[in-house]
Amino acid sequence: MKLLKLVPDNTNVKFLRWRLPFYIISLILMAASWGAVLTNGLNLGVDFVGGQMIRATFVESTEAPVAELRDDIAGLGYGAPIIQRFGQPNEVSIRMRLPEGKDAVQVKDLADQMTNAIVGEMEANYPGVRIDGVDSVSGKVSSELFETGMLALLAAMIAIAIYIWVRFEWQFGVGALFALVHDVTLTLGLFALTQMEFDLNIVAAILAIIGYSLNDTIVVYDRVRENLKKYRKMPMEELLDLSVNETLPRTIMTSMTTLMVLLALMFLGPATTFGFAAAIAFGIFVGTYSSIYMAAPILIWLKVNSNSFVPQESATDRQEKIARGEI
Amino acid sequence: MLDFPRWKRIWLWGLTLAGVFLALPSLTMLAGERWPSQLPDPEINLGLDLAGGSHILLEADTAQVRSLRLEAMEEEVRRALRDADPSIAIGDISTANGRLSFMVEDESQVDAAREVLLPMTEGVGLTGQRDWTINVVDGQRFIFEPTEVGLNQAVENAMDTATDVVRRRIDELGTREPTIIRQGDDRIVVQVPGLDDPQALKALLGQTAKLEFKLVDQTALPTDIAQGIVPPGSQILPFAPDASQQGAIAVRRLGGIQGDQLTNAQQGYDQNGTPVVNITFNQEGGRKFAALTTANVGKPFAIILDGEVLSAPNINEPILGGSAQISGGFSVDSANALAISLRSGALPIDLQIVEERTVGPDLGADSIRKGVLALMIGGAAVLAFMFATYGRFGLYANAAIFLNVLIILGIMALLGTTLTLPGIAGFVLTIGTAVDANVLINERIREERRRGRRVVQAVEVGYREAQRAIIDANVTNVIAGVLLFLFGSGPIRGFAIVLIIGIVTSVFTAVTMTRMWVAGYLRKHRPSDLNI
Repeated sequence: MKLLKLVPDNTNVKFLRWRLPFYIISLILMAASWGAVLTNGLNLGVDFVGGQMIRATFVESTEAPVAELRDDIAGLGYGAPIIQRFGQPNEVSIRMRLPEGKDAVQVKDLADQMTNAIVGEMEANYPGVRIDGVDSVSGKVSSELFETGMLALLAAMIAIAIYIWVRFEWQFGVGALFALVHDVTLTLGLFALTQMEFDLNIVAAILAIIGYSLNDTIVVYDRVRENLKKYRKMPMEELLDLSVNETLPRTIMTSMTTLMVLLALMFLGPATTFGFAAAIAFGIFVGTYSSIYMAAPILIWLKVNSNSFVPQESATDRQEKIARGEI
Repeated sequence: MLDFPRWKRIWLWGLTLAGVFLALPSLTMLAGERWPSQLPDPEINLGLDLAGGSHILLEADTAQVRSLRLEAMEEEVRRALRDADPSIAIGDISTANGRLSFMVEDESQVDAAREVLLPMTEGVGLTGQRDWTINVVDGQRFIFEPTEVGLNQAVENAMDTATDVVRRRIDELGTREPTIIRQGDDRIVVQVPGLDDPQALKALLGQTAKLEFKLVDQTALPTDIAQGIVPPGSQILPFAPDASQQGAIAVRRLGGIQGDQLTNAQQGYDQNGTPVVNITFNQEGGRKFAALTTANVGKPFAIILDGEVLSAPNINEPILGGSAQISGGFSVDSANALAISLRSGALPIDLQIVEERTVGPDLGADSIRKGVLALMIGGAAVLAFMFATYGRFGLYANAAIFLNVLIILGIMALLGTTLTLPGIAGFVLTIGTAVDANVLINERIREERRRGRRVVQAVEVGYREAQRAIIDANVTNVIAGVLLFLFGSGPIRGFAIVLIIGIVTSVFTAVTMTRMWVAGYLRKHRPSDLNI
């Protein structure tokens, strides 16, 4: 049987030759992402800002009447709703801000009344509408969810960088962390730009991206470490190119297989996982790119060389080296 | 490396088959079939996003515990002093600023009072720490201050009781398999699968159901009450919105009885056919109620529910039978809800809904169907692709993936964890990383063959060299997974559980199992070349 080969044998692409322009492009993209986050803001779901969210399916039509629905609900006097398509064209999510009230109990009562009014209005005006779910999150809980979500992201990134530092060398830890910051930033930028809803599921998606991107980075770094021991005299740029090329078949194969499942989940899976799967699919592109163009070149600039993995010198040697300013 | 003695093979297959067997009941459930009930059935729990149902997060008002404890202490101090020595008179009682302070009027009795009160401050626990500190200032003024330990213990007890009460109330609703868990210091999570209209549930949880009988203070003038002027020793309480009287009424703060010593509460009708709640006291409650009504014949007393007066009837004659009827403008539903609440006991603390999520059962079923379909189609594409790329070695990898998914399901069923929608996405990612392990190994074997290594050696080097990167990658993923689980909530945790279990099992299936199969192939066929 003739087997499939995605990358021909002995492929040798000079990836690292273009490292400077790609770095500049990436830095610009990162700045643009922050710009988008700051100007557009993230379209935070009720998980993070509190409020009421009603999900509904218009069973009998192919497309949800978003504009009419917006007018109808705004006409109820509870303020303007944020209505978004959600998965299929006939599925929508309707978000409302929590009404003002003197205390939390009253706010909850008013919010319930509001939800009942909206659901009543929809059921009266749109036959064949199915209410799929109602989420109601208080301001207190939402700010907690936001804080713990961000904390989880930060803690994961730092813990991972420390692990890589311990397993490899500090330069690799810095490189991996930088690649992660790059991936997370661009993903946030995507969400700011497209205004897809950013909720707890997306935080989980970003953590999955971190895991995947890191997986990629580690595979490249592992090969770099191996080659550094094997080819002591090879210039760093050439060695990085060799390592990236050697791991290229694996990189492409793994990205392809994971993307296959994600695409299936995006287009065949339930509406609630669309944003989640889209985020991870995007993250896989960015993560693969960052392992090659962000994580690898940084090793040159941080002056990794074949001495980095020479069997460890004794403590006194090390202190002498520190005294001579070599470390 | 490629040496697998018989005992090792038996072990590996045993573990794998155990995992697969544990997964079978869950698989049949996901496919919408019934698992024969006579077989053991460790099934995974489906999260509410898949099964449909209501999720409600309740938060307790812990500040309330502080004030309730002060009130209870005040009553206790009075009782203890009265029982010990009725000549000790106290006055100028205040419960402001989170502490109880009062004067002993005769300075010579301060020591005697202290003797009586000191034992009341000891904690229930064995730590010897006190629940309260007592200080005597200015010679006559006692100050009771709750200690941090005592207060925390009280909150803890109140939360435990509240959780029990919530559970009893939901059981009364007769819904299927509710989950009620305490979360953190002051929260309770309630999850009721299959319940898509939580109104009745919310009404039930929102009611504290603290029933009290207090004497009406007849000395208070209606004009004073209207202006909010409180006679000493009394308090002003509003009538409930549905009560037959409107406005407010003054009742004696002390000397009433609590309606918590009940054996039963049922919705019923009075002689006019109006819905009422009939309550039956237990022996002690009945005795207290008899004493109260005997001593106050001809006077009105207030029936108070959660700080609102339901009614204030006259005591026409002593009520000795241990049962009573509560009226208060009820509908059949509200009388029924109150009866349930009273039967299940009062909440020791007010609970408030801070998060509520409801998923319709249609959406849930739809999500499972689509999620499983996506997983099957995506998975099939991956399997085909792996086979086309690595041939025989791809088949080994595919078998490993297949077993991996089953073993993850089995372990989840064994641990009783919950499968959520993000959990299904976790499966997707796990498949991705499990495939990656085999891709790493197979690519490495290809590479080593290209460099001219002989078959067995290439396979050995491939597994050895790839393993390092696989371990590093998986450890970092476990780190991310554990942090997700620790910090995350709800959907994030569901994802983290699958991720963590999946990482462990995928190393087992993708590395160990495939190596065993490859070793078997090499030993049996001794190929001189590999089609990889």
